[in-house]
Amino acid sequence: MSDRRIKSKFLYSYLHDPSAIAGSIILCIFILAAVLAPWITPQDPYDLEKLTLDNFLTPPIWKEGGTAPFILGTDDQGRDILSTIIYGCRTSLIVSFSVVLIVGTFGILMGLLAGYYGKWIDVVIMRLADTGYSFSTTLMAFLFLGIIGRASVFIVIIAISIAGWVRYARTMRGSVLEVKEEAYIMAAKATGASDFRLLSRHILPNAIPPIFVVVAVDLAVVIMLEATLSFLGVGVPLTRPSLGMMISIGKNYIYVGMWWMIVFPGAALILLVVGINLFADWLREELNPKIERKT
Amino acid sequence: MFTYILRRLLQGVIVLLVASMICFVIFRFMGDPVVTLAGRYATFQEMEEVRQNLGLDKPIYIQYVKFLWNAAHGNFGKSYVTRIPALGLILERFPATFELVTLAVFMAFCVGVGLGVLVSIKPYALRNRFIMAGSLGGISIPTFLMGILLIMVFAVYLGILPPFGRGKTIAIGPWRTGLLTVDGIKHLVLPALTLAMYQLAVLLRLTRAGMREVLTEEYIKTAWAKGLSPFKVIFKHALRNVLIPVITITGLQFGELIAFSIVTETIFQWPGMGNLLLTSMYENDQPVIVTYIMLASLIIITVNIIVDILYGLINPKIRYE
Repeated sequence: MSDRRIKSKFLYSYLHDPSAIAGSIILCIFILAAVLAPWITPQDPYDLEKLTLDNFLTPPIWKEGGTAPFILGTDDQGRDILSTIIYGCRTSLIVSFSVVLIVGTFGILMGLLAGYYGKWIDVVIMRLADTGYSFSTTLMAFLFLGIIGRASVFIVIIAISIAGWVRYARTMRGSVLEVKEEAYIMAAKATGASDFRLLSRHILPNAIPPIFVVVAVDLAVVIMLEATLSFLGVGVPLTRPSLGMMISIGKNYIYVGMWWMIVFPGAALILLVVGINLFADWLREELNPKIERKT
Repeated sequence: MFTYILRRLLQGVIVLLVASMICFVIFRFMGDPVVTLAGRYATFQEMEEVRQNLGLDKPIYIQYVKFLWNAAHGNFGKSYVTRIPALGLILERFPATFELVTLAVFMAFCVGVGLGVLVSIKPYALRNRFIMAGSLGGISIPTFLMGILLIMVFAVYLGILPPFGRGKTIAIGPWRTGLLTVDGIKHLVLPALTLAMYQLAVLLRLTRAGMREVLTEEYIKTAWAKGLSPFKVIFKHALRNVLIPVITITGLQFGELIAFSIVTETIFQWPGMGNLLLTSMYENDQPVIVTYIMLASLIIITVNIIVDILYGLINPKIRYE
């Protein structure tokens, strides 16, 4: 009963927050476009058979010299910019959702173990986490990829995951430490519940809400990180579309005034990240009991 | 307190040892150093000679100890590309990176915390909503894109600031500074702004969140009720308590700052350590990469330990058992 009321309060707050709604709509549009990419784009920019170098470096269609299917122009290889953006978002979303799934699972598990068992398990896990935190996800991923060399999307996902689990573990541990002291956990323990049952049925569901904020923020952070790595030339391989790589190609043409090669993929990247962050902001305020909200 | 510092130092040494092990593995197994040093067309005999000179015929743990010994003496071998000792190569570029990072942190901290306080006082005022929207942009624009957009606007279209390089520098002993010439400062503006922007937005949001929590506390209400001036309530009573976690997080995220300095230096062709690292990565110049990693680890660990100790000094609530 009470659970139902809380859920509807949650929904109520969501429906009355325009920026949260705007954020989730933006994210949905991007996901939809990424899924439907092969059907809605005029050209598959990474199918070499469909590319002709004759079409290279055309400006957007409303400028002089713009040609029919290339609404936002083409890049130096004759790839349609709009299509590459949509396929690039596909890469961004695949990388960020995979990373969050991997580091989320691992980090939550580590946090649960550290928070519940304490003692040396806690010390070992948290020291590891501290080290990962101070060396930062970005630096670790960059060094790892710089040494291994650009290999595949999978390697990029692994590289970002190396230190990415740390925030989940820290947040989860803190939350578990609070929940652990609750009376209902004592009660469950008294009934002779096993550690596994206690952790999975009682502690995990009650300790997990703060993790949702980390997930939302992380989706945006990973998208930016993948773009950064690809921009620097250590990210996804050249044969995969990526917003970061588009911008690094465009960088060679800023002095000749071809701004569209940077502005469009850049705008797509910013819009996607802003969308996720808007949603994350609402979630953070909503799940923080210390702040009273007014609208 | 003393045992705490000792334990913290020990922990730092362990992390450094692990980093050195990883570096050793990179150096030893990522590409054969013998082929790199002796040249691709060396005879078998020449290669054997190089192998013996490098001590690569010895057991692996002896090689590691030797690597550690050399590293402790600042000897990381010579760069494969320039044939100059790697440590010297990197240290020569240290001032450029240091000036860039310091200025960026300074700007980010002053403006970020200042705006954070301003916004928290009247969260729903129109002006503050604009600032918050700006901070949303700040955390949503990746550093590399910020750099390029700044170059496009200020260097390409307006043509008022230079897009790359460090400009004129003046040497003071071994330290080449760009802060003493107009040209050098002009060159510093865009890269420093680029590096500062993300941190600034993060600090603004941290400060605002902290202030909003603290401003509802009882002791703040008491301070208002006592009739203290708003300045005293906000800066002396509220901000002081907010700043502790803010400073700690800034200090602990030093690694993030180093990572972003690599990005910024690459975009602006800033002659610093990060730029050198990326070039070395493209050229598989392992001694330089290894030196950079060891140096960066040392800096990060030192900053972390200092922050941890300061945290204990500022906040009397923390007791080290």
